[in-house]
Amino acid sequence: MSDLAFSDKGMKHYEWLLTRYPTRDAALLPTLRIAEEEFENLGPAELKYVADLMGISPAKVWGVFTFYTHYRREGTGTFHLQVCATLSCALRGADEVIEHIEERLGIGVGETTDDGLFSLSKVECLASCGTAPMLQCNNDYHEGLTLDDVDSLIDTLKAEAKSGGGAA
Amino acid sequence: MKFEPILTKYRYEENSHTLDFYRGHGGYEQAKKAIKEWQPDDLIEEVKKSNLRGRGGAGFPTGVKWGFVPKQTDKPKYLAVNADESEPGTFKDRVIMETDPHLLLEGIIISCWAVGIHDAYIYIRGELVHAFQRLVDACKDAEAAGFLGEGIFGTDFDLNVTVHRGAGAYICGEETGMLTSLEGDRGQPKLKPPFPAIEGLFGCPTVVNNVETLACLPLILEKGADHFKSIGPEGSPGPKLYCISGHVEKPGVYELPMGVNMLEVINEHCGGVWKGRKLKAVIPGGSSAHVLRADECDVAMDIDSLAAAGSMLGSAGVIVMDDQTDMVDALLNVMKFYHHESCGQCTPCREGTGWLEKVVHRIHEGRGRPEDLDTVFSICDRMIGKTICVLADAAAFPAMSFIDKFREEFLAQCTSNPKRSADAPASSAGGLHV
Repeated sequence: MSDLAFSDKGMKHYEWLLTRYPTRDAALLPTLRIAEEEFENLGPAELKYVADLMGISPAKVWGVFTFYTHYRREGTGTFHLQVCATLSCALRGADEVIEHIEERLGIGVGETTDDGLFSLSKVECLASCGTAPMLQCNNDYHEGLTLDDVDSLIDTLKAEAKSGGGAA
Repeated sequence: MKFEPILTKYRYEENSHTLDFYRGHGGYEQAKKAIKEWQPDDLIEEVKKSNLRGRGGAGFPTGVKWGFVPKQTDKPKYLAVNADESEPGTFKDRVIMETDPHLLLEGIIISCWAVGIHDAYIYIRGELVHAFQRLVDACKDAEAAGFLGEGIFGTDFDLNVTVHRGAGAYICGEETGMLTSLEGDRGQPKLKPPFPAIEGLFGCPTVVNNVETLACLPLILEKGADHFKSIGPEGSPGPKLYCISGHVEKPGVYELPMGVNMLEVINEHCGGVWKGRKLKAVIPGGSSAHVLRADECDVAMDIDSLAAAGSMLGSAGVIVMDDQTDMVDALLNVMKFYHHESCGQCTPCREGTGWLEKVVHRIHEGRGRPEDLDTVFSICDRMIGKTICVLADAAAFPAMSFIDKFREEFLAQCTSNPKRSADAPASSAGGLHV
């Protein structure tokens, strides 16, 4: 655990962040984004590192981290499929998309496949209502989905993982 | 007469997001003119005269808001750009940020010059990674060109813009929640007063403006306040981005003059209700707005007209529902949203949103009782106006209006659902104790 540390690039980014705000605390949310880039998933050890780095209590960092839903948490699969299920998407078939993914991957909402490749979440409005139904996979939006689109996305991601690619 | 888009004129053109493209189409000329030719006070007056009203949801006059910021103060002043677009049904600011980020930056420069601000933050919701990157790149390019940073346009006016990513919390679209989040904390709203204009970000005077609001400023400077006022109704004029989603043939963002008729938008611009079905209901201003029945939809879509119709323009997130929509199902979806997004600091909201979801869930399951409908109103009565921010009200408005306007449908689910007798008796339903 103690060998956790930002790379030089991450540290440089962090130091730049500190120049953009009048208080150190204000850099916490973006610093957690650096931590995501550096460590991928964030758990107690990673958050403790950020707390120590910033001189903020681990309790506060944990409180902030858990208040927001979009940080990558411990145990999240390589590809995090977040399907929007709020009204506009629900009206155009979000439930079918979720059910289809559940069947394809053999997992339910909130679960991760045994190989650690996919996690499935049902999330609230992603500001993509005009292209419903849609999902976010890691950083990317996949909009105007048909069930065939979902299949080919999953196939592409599986192939990507096989060829050594990882999280976007 | 066909309306030619102004704010989204270039959205489908290749490289519209680049500095070269933007400058090639007259970009940054109005910001330069503002700093070199306009006195800040005159600029505030011009924006007041234009009647530009905030596009984030509240519709507050932009120039008036700027005027609240103290002229003489020892503290720094800030601009916090609300790009936390997260009201269900809303996806317009994203179009500006992805296809024309420099338009937003030019609006920011004008706003900061008018109010005397040297540090601006764009608070963008965490999920919009693509738009975030567009903005970061745009800031870099603008800085390299001398339009941001120290001594912009060769004057002695400094302006730093920082793009700040949120991390998934609807409440951060509420202005004080957004400021708390920008300060590095859980995004819980604060009591007003003090208003942000007096005591906002880092305890300093702060202007909070929506992305689309700022994007209107170059137009006001280029063509003048009178021209702006001539687009749409004088009381809430200007070009407007309407987000149409749900059961229409061609959903999307449509730029039309403020005050366009709702049925015209649905039937002419969006190709009508999908699958040849009939219109049943429309939520006109994001899910927090009162729902309108089909017979109430022949209405002008501007701030004052929709308020007069008992709803609101809000964020112009127009959610269309066809005649096969199950309104109990739709309301349950909306109630889940607010329960999930309540920040938890005020009891009426934290508990109330949960109760609303449970009651509607019970009706949805076919285990409801007719008196549950009164219970919903009673819960709403204990939420509205009784919390720090308006999330509680935003949850109550759809709850009351759905039941009010589609009471028969809710009653039918309570009394005639075959699941009612087959399932557990109502008294033990869902652990609900009200």
